[in-house]
Formats: sequence, C-alpha cells, structure tokens
Amino acid sequence: MKAKGKEETAVGAEILSGKGLTRVFGFGPNKTVAVDHVDFSFKKGEIISIVGESGSGKTTLAKMLLGLLKPTEGEIYFAGELRDISSHKKKRQYWQNIQAIFQDPFSSYNIFRKIDAVLLDCIRMRGGRRLPYDQKRAMMEEACSFVNLKFDELTNKYPFELSGGQQQRLMIARIFLLKPKILLADEPTSMIDACSRATILDMLMNLRDEIGMTPIFITHDIGLAYYVSDTVYIMEHGVFVESGSADDVILNPQEPYTQRLLNDVPKLHEEWDLSTV
Amino acid sequence: MSKVILEVNELTTKYITRFREDIYAVDHVSLKVEDGKSIGIAGESGCGKSTLALSLMGYYFPPLHYSSGEIIVDGRNITGMNPDNVRKTILGNEISYIPQAAMNALNPTQKVIRFIEDVIQAHNPRVTRQEIYELARERFELLGLPADVLQKYSVELSGGMKQRTVIATSVILSPKVLIADEPSSALDVTSQKMVIKMILDLMEKGIIKSLIFITHELPLLYNVTDDIMVMYAGQIVERGSADEVVFDPIHPYSKALMGSIIVPEAGLRDVKLTAIPGTPPNLKNPPAGCRFAARCKFAMPECQAISVNLRDTGGGRTYRCIIPEEDLRKAYENES
Amino acid sequence: MKHLLGQIFRSGKFLFGFVIFMIIMLTVLIYPLLVEYPPLKTISRGTFLPPGIYVNVYDSMTFSESYTLILDNAATKRIASKLNAEDRQAMKEWLVIGAELPEDEIDVDDTAKLIDLWTTNFDPTVRLPGMTNADRNYYIRLTASLDGLLATEGATVAVANEDTGVLEEKYVIDQTTYVNVGEVPNVRVLPLGTDNFGRDVLTELIKAISVSLTIGFVAGTVATTIGLILGLVSGYIGGIVDDLIMFITNLFTVIPSIILLILISFSIGQEKRGAFTIAVVIGFTSWVWTARAVRAQVISLRNRDHVNLSKLSGHSIIHILAMDILPYIASYVVMALILQISSGILAEAGLSILGLGPRTTEVPTLGLMLNWALIYQAPLLGKWWAYFPVILIIALIAFSMNLMNTGLDQVFNPALRD
Repeated sequence: MKAKGKEETAVGAEILSGKGLTRVFGFGPNKTVAVDHVDFSFKKGEIISIVGESGSGKTTLAKMLLGLLKPTEGEIYFAGELRDISSHKKKRQYWQNIQAIFQDPFSSYNIFRKIDAVLLDCIRMRGGRRLPYDQKRAMMEEACSFVNLKFDELTNKYPFELSGGQQQRLMIARIFLLKPKILLADEPTSMIDACSRATILDMLMNLRDEIGMTPIFITHDIGLAYYVSDTVYIMEHGVFVESGSADDVILNPQEPYTQRLLNDVPKLHEEWDLSTV
Repeated sequence: MSKVILEVNELTTKYITRFREDIYAVDHVSLKVEDGKSIGIAGESGCGKSTLALSLMGYYFPPLHYSSGEIIVDGRNITGMNPDNVRKTILGNEISYIPQAAMNALNPTQKVIRFIEDVIQAHNPRVTRQEIYELARERFELLGLPADVLQKYSVELSGGMKQRTVIATSVILSPKVLIADEPSSALDVTSQKMVIKMILDLMEKGIIKSLIFITHELPLLYNVTDDIMVMYAGQIVERGSADEVVFDPIHPYSKALMGSIIVPEAGLRDVKLTAIPGTPPNLKNPPAGCRFAARCKFAMPECQAISVNLRDTGGGRTYRCIIPEEDLRKAYENES
Repeated sequence: MKHLLGQIFRSGKFLFGFVIFMIIMLTVLIYPLLVEYPPLKTISRGTFLPPGIYVNVYDSMTFSESYTLILDNAATKRIASKLNAEDRQAMKEWLVIGAELPEDEIDVDDTAKLIDLWTTNFDPTVRLPGMTNADRNYYIRLTASLDGLLATEGATVAVANEDTGVLEEKYVIDQTTYVNVGEVPNVRVLPLGTDNFGRDVLTELIKAISVSLTIGFVAGTVATTIGLILGLVSGYIGGIVDDLIMFITNLFTVIPSIILLILISFSIGQEKRGAFTIAVVIGFTSWVWTARAVRAQVISLRNRDHVNLSKLSGHSIIHILAMDILPYIASYVVMALILQISSGILAEAGLSILGLGPRTTEVPTLGLMLNWALIYQAPLLGKWWAYFPVILIIALIAFSMNLMNTGLDQVFNPALRD
C-alpha cells in the first residue's frame, strides 16, 4: 500500500510551513506555552505524522494549522505564501485547501443535522450551491461509494445512527467531496475498533492517491505513525525534539525522548523491558 | 497442576434494558485461573469484556442480572450471593477490581491514607490508624511508590501515580484475584508501563495470586499475561497461551484481530493490515448460528444455522468454529 | 423529537406539574366563556361578603311560586340559627350572676323557659363585674335577636298604597312557606365572596391569573431572550466582547434585582405603570442567570469537534450559533424559560404587594389582589377568601412550574435519572 502510494504521488514543493509558531494559554503565573517556537516545512504529497503524548501540544498545533486557533507568535505559510485568514471569506478559501478528520466520530457530527446536510455543505463549499439536485445527488452517491457506503441507505438518517467506523468513513466521504490539498487527521483511528482501523487507513491512502492531497496525522500512537507515514515529527512539551523519515526516527532514534517513547511501547517481537521505569 | 483460584462455569449474565429487553452480554463463559497464572481477555468495544469482569465477581447490580452458571473463588461457591454481600465480603478481600477510570475514584477532598483507612476498616473495624499507616507505608515501599503519597490529596498526583495508588490501595488486603479492566488505557505509554510493572510486581511478590487482565490492546496483553482469551459478541471464541493466540490464531476472528496489530517494529510497514467488514451482531437478537458468520471470510451456509461449542485442540487450546483446525490453517496459507 | 416528548411525558414529576398547570390554564380559558361578568365590577354594597349563594329576597317573595313543606325540625333549626349553645350558656351565666337565680333552676335546653326567664330578668343597664363593653353589646344584640323567635304565626308583607300611603297587607308568609331556588330569577353564587371593593373574588381571581400568567410569559420571554443572546454571543465570541458582557452581567448580579425592580418601577411613575410595562421591566432585571448559564454551556460547546467541523465547512457565526450550538442547549433554555416565567409571576406579586406593581383599574393581577386585601386588612378581619385563594394559586403555579422543570431536568440530564 505504502510503496504504491509513493510512486503515484510524487513528493514536491513545500505546501505548508511554519516559522516560530507559538501558542501561549493564559498569562502571568498561569501561563502555559502549549507550542513553543516550532519550525516545520511539509512537502506536497508526503505523508506526515506528528507524534506526541497528551499535553505535548500536538492538538494545539493542529488547530493553529487549521486556522481554528490564532497563533500567539509566528507565521504559517501556505503554498509558499503567508497565510491570510483575516476575514470570513478568506477563511472559507483557506478551508477549501485544508480540512480535518477528528478523533471521536461520535462528537464530530452535529446530532441535529442529517447526513445529507453534512454532505451538501461540502458541495456548497466547493461552489456547487446552484447545481441541480440530481447532480448533487450523483456527487454524494459517488463519495459514499468511495468509502463503501450506500447513499440510499444513508439519506434522511442521522450520523449517530451509524457505527463508529461508518461515521469515520462518512468523514472520509466528506473529504472526498471537498478535495482539499491538505488533510489533518487528528487520531483518526484511536476511537474505533482495530478491525475497522485498516479499512479507514486504506481509504485515507486511496483518497490521497485519488485527489493528490497531503495527509498530516496527529497521533499518540508511534506504531501508527511508523506504519502510515513518510516523515515523522516527535513532539514533546511544545517543541519538535526529533524529525526525519519514518525509518530513521523509529528504527534509529537519536533523541532520548524518542528512545524512551519507543522503549515504553509494548511490542510483539522485541522484549518489553520493564526494568527501565 | 497447581491450585485453581477462580473457576467460572458456563456463566451467563444479561442486561435488562428500560424497555424490558434482555441482552445477553456474557454468554456461557467458562474459565479457570490457577495460582500464579494470569489470563488476558481481548476483544473490541461492545464484545462484553467489561461486563464479564463484573460478572466474574458476582457483582450484579441493575441493569446487570445473573442468568445461569457458577462462580467458585478459591473453593468457595459464590453463585447466587447477594450483590451487597459480594461487595462487603468478596470485593477487596477475595477479588479486587480496577476499572479504567479507577483513578477518578479517589475523593479529591481526602488524603490518600483516609481512602486506605476506609478500605481496611470496612473489613476490619478494629484496626488502628497507626497500624493501617504502617501497613500502607510498607506496602507502598514494596511496590516502589513513595510513602509521602499517603499524605497527599489526589489532585496533587499525576494520572499514572493516581492509578498506581488506587491499585496499591485496592490490593491492600492481599486479595486472591485481581481483575484489571483497561487499567492503563487512559494513560501515556510511560505511565502505562509503570502501572503494568506494578501489576506484574503484585504477582511476583505474592500479594495477589492470579490476574485477569482485560484490554483491547493486543500488544500490551501479549506482554502481560500467560494466556489469552478472545471474546466476540459475548462469547469466548478462542483460548490459548499468549504466544499461540497472537502468532498462531485458529479462529477466523482472532486471525483477523491479530492481523490488525500495529507496533513500531522493523518490517511492519510492508505488512498489509487485515480489515473485517461489517459490524458485530446486535445482542438483543443474536444470530442462531455462529455469531461471527456474517463477517467471516470462510463462512459456509451451515455456519448461519449451527452454533458450535468450544472445541479442544488437545494441546490445551480451544476455539469456537465449525471448520476443523487443519482446514482453517490451510485456508490461511492459501490466503497469504 | 417524538421519542423525546414521549420520555418527557413519562416523567412523573413533569406530568404532575403539567397537569396542575393545565388545569389552571384551562380554568382561565374556559371560565370567561361560561361566566360573563365583568371581573372588576363592584357588585356588593358593603365589603367582604362571605362566600355563599345569594338569593334575592324580593324575588323570592313576589316573583316565585311558593310551596308548603311540613318539616319536623324546621322550627328547631330556625331557633338554633339565632340561639346556639354558646348563646344559651352566656344567657345562663348572666342570669346566675346578674339576676342571682339559682343555677340548677335554669335549663339551657328548654328554649321557651329560658327566653321567658331572660325577658323578665335581663336589664341592659346592669353592669356585671368584669364585663366589657363588647360583652354588654353582645347581650343587647342577643336580646334583639330573640324577638319573635318563638312566634308561630307567619310574617305579613305589606305594601304602601300609592294614593293614601297606608300600608295594605299583601301576603302572609307562613313559616312553612318555601320557594324553589331554581325559580328565583336572581340568585348569585359567590363561591369566594366579595372583596374590599365589593367585587366577586372568583371572577376577579380568574382574570388575575390570566393577567399574571401573561406578565410571567412576557417577563420570562424577555429575560430568556436577552439572556440567551448575551450568553451565546459572550460565550462563543469570547475575548473582549465576553469581558464586556460579563462586566455588565456582574453588575446586574451584585445589585439584587428586587432593588432594581423597585427603583425602576418607582421611577416610571404611576400613570405609565401598566401590566405590560411591569412585565418588560421584570424581564429586563432577571436575565442575568440565564445569560451566565447559557454562556457556560456555550463555552463548553464551542471547542467541540462538531463546531470545528461546521467552521471548516465554511458556515457563518450566525449559522453556527443557530444550528450547532442552540439545538444543544435548547432543552436547557426551555428549563430556564419555565423558571423565569414562574419567577416573573412571583416578582410581579412582590412588587404589587409593595404597591409598585401595575397601576391599573381595568385589570387585576395576583399581586394587586394581595395588595388590596392587605390594605383593607383582610387578614386581620379574618376575611380569608380575599387573600388565601390568591396565595394558593401563586403557590400552585410556582409549584407546578418547578415540578415541570425538575421533571425536564431528569429527562435531559441522565445523571439525575434514577
């Protein structure tokens, strides 16, 4: 799966980068620096993982990248240009290029809106508001069949009537309709069963090949990061302590923090060394 | 063969919903845990593994109800015991139970030592505070926990420390069996490791005799317990040693489950993960035949109709499938 | 939605409150259709007529057919209504002390002999030791009422001759003459009597309930609307807007709303203080808690993933507030509205008791009724019908609304379910 994806989507120019990106919560004695002067440069087409434990600032970073949270300091560059999301219109434009999948599918949907409304929003976002309904329906059917769901069975239903795996697939169908250039996947598989995990990851990778987007995984699961990504960033206390290709970072970690993290994950073929705690 | 600490025979328990429907969340489960052994229960969300934990202790509070089967703790049959009695005489004394959110059980307005006093005095009101403190300090030191934790409030402790404190407290009376239900799932890997180390220490130092460990994280389970049982839709579908179940599963469900493991180890990137289509059956009306049949790659028409019992392979392993072991293995070989 | 309604109506508390409230509402709606008396018309000369059935005496003598009924205990009852056991005992006491008759000679049950003894011996000018003026007046009244008590002949009705002015006998009404109440053209039932202005309390009360409920609804709606909008804006937008709104909210919190209410009502002036104005003023002073509660809820909602997803779908703030936040707190807002309505009714009552309520002569309110009853000293005079039913209704409305609120809370908040 991995090798195939790499051939079809060549790694190209810089698509998203940040300089001195910082976010501080609170002030005075209660000040917490969640993200501390982080620099990064994500290339088009590569699969990126940001790995960190809870409290490492990875979710805050993701929210800043998505434009849901204002950075306290620093700049974000999208496709080589300084990101400008000062007005609602500009935000909409930015969000045509960057989208997200959240951790908990059960809380990601508005429980009062039907599945149709969720998908129609995406068509509208792509400027298809005035399309005839037949055409909209055809688009929704295509998106659903991409994730192995049947639109006829979903229409007029609410998202919470689906299982967790199905909801997460619907989320991918949403991305299929939106065709963003970047997808931030914040723990997309941590709340769903192991058996559905493979399906979701497969679909994400197919989608990447289909629409040529750059996926960024935000996760605490170093195994998942190793499995899916080309480039891995390890985050601790708001800073990237180590980054590089997945094989380099995971199989040959240099930083003590990465080493500890890897050492503490239970594995199958290596002895889990309990004496080091 | 060493002494059996906990024996459960054909235990069936059910939930009665508000609409008076019966949901058999634990269906004819049998297990035996011997002295010094640990057993793991693996399964996905909703398969009934947490319900099994409560059922094993005879802890039946509505909506959970006992249906049939028996539970024997260290030779003492506790089947049909009043759940309030179970709480008073069995819990903490014979069996201890740690749920995932155990660390939230600490009262934030009380020092940890008060919590321990409550636990001990509930079973033996005559013990003095000084004695309890000595016992707690000794036990905490034995388990590598700093003794000054005893004089702290729970909010002053980190998540991992809280969880270890709760575990140390819940086994203060040296129960025979510890049932741990996802005790480390809410924690970071480092804290998780410390919690696991402590649980294994409890076994090693003889504070508990047997361990039942429940989790959906297979790599963790593989590293913790001697034996693994795989649970699906309220039933045990396979049982064997950890090595056998993880590296050589027989049941098609276990096979798929083991194929979906992700660990950060060389070579993993080339492995294709197994996906199981569909969703587990609704336990309100479970299928008549094999419960996995609807999602099984190897299902035959009769799977839908015939419900099979656990089959013994002869080597101490059991699995629940109509297809013989050799045929399954052949099918797996053909696949890869 | 259907399921939710089903759940709500399965809650015993809600249902009980709802039934009480609906009974009150239906009474308010149906009563005016059946009984078309103007609610604030003075009908009695003299105040605080006790509850009862009022039969026109003139009509019963001249316009109704009379019947003769021979009933054994009629005379006894008649005498007993004028001369009860207490009166007899009092008479005996006077006779023993004032006329120095031997105690064992007086038989209180022999009415004829007792009255005979009384008429021969009683002297209103004699002052007994320890007798107050009130006691003396009592004995004088008693003596007057005894006149003709034992008469057996009928009463004669005479009408003055138009020319001569001489009274001419018209009828003789025997003691055995009866009329059928149904045939008397003018009978007025006053179940709760009349008030200090001689108005029918029941009709007035029903009207007052409807006006007070309207005040409650207006006040509740105003308060909930202000609170909801401020809470939504302050919670969702945050930052300096939040600081500003919370500053105003805190100002309103530290000044007790009853003081604000009194000051505002007072400064509006008597002429402009109509029921509607008072309702709006109550609404304007009681939005604070709704605003705070809504804000807290919105803050916990605004970082939820479904709100983030909605933002990423390019929705405007208005859309997000209306579609992604409001539905989640709707149940909460409904509960707040119910409480605001009930407290609005109470606030009106409180203001009116102080004399700062709606200044109106056209409509009564529950508070005004209490105010009138207090001014005319109904509680001191023991005229319970002028104030007790009002208090009972206020209590019932507040009780039913709080019950509904608790019931809803249990449905919407699973942690409280048993």
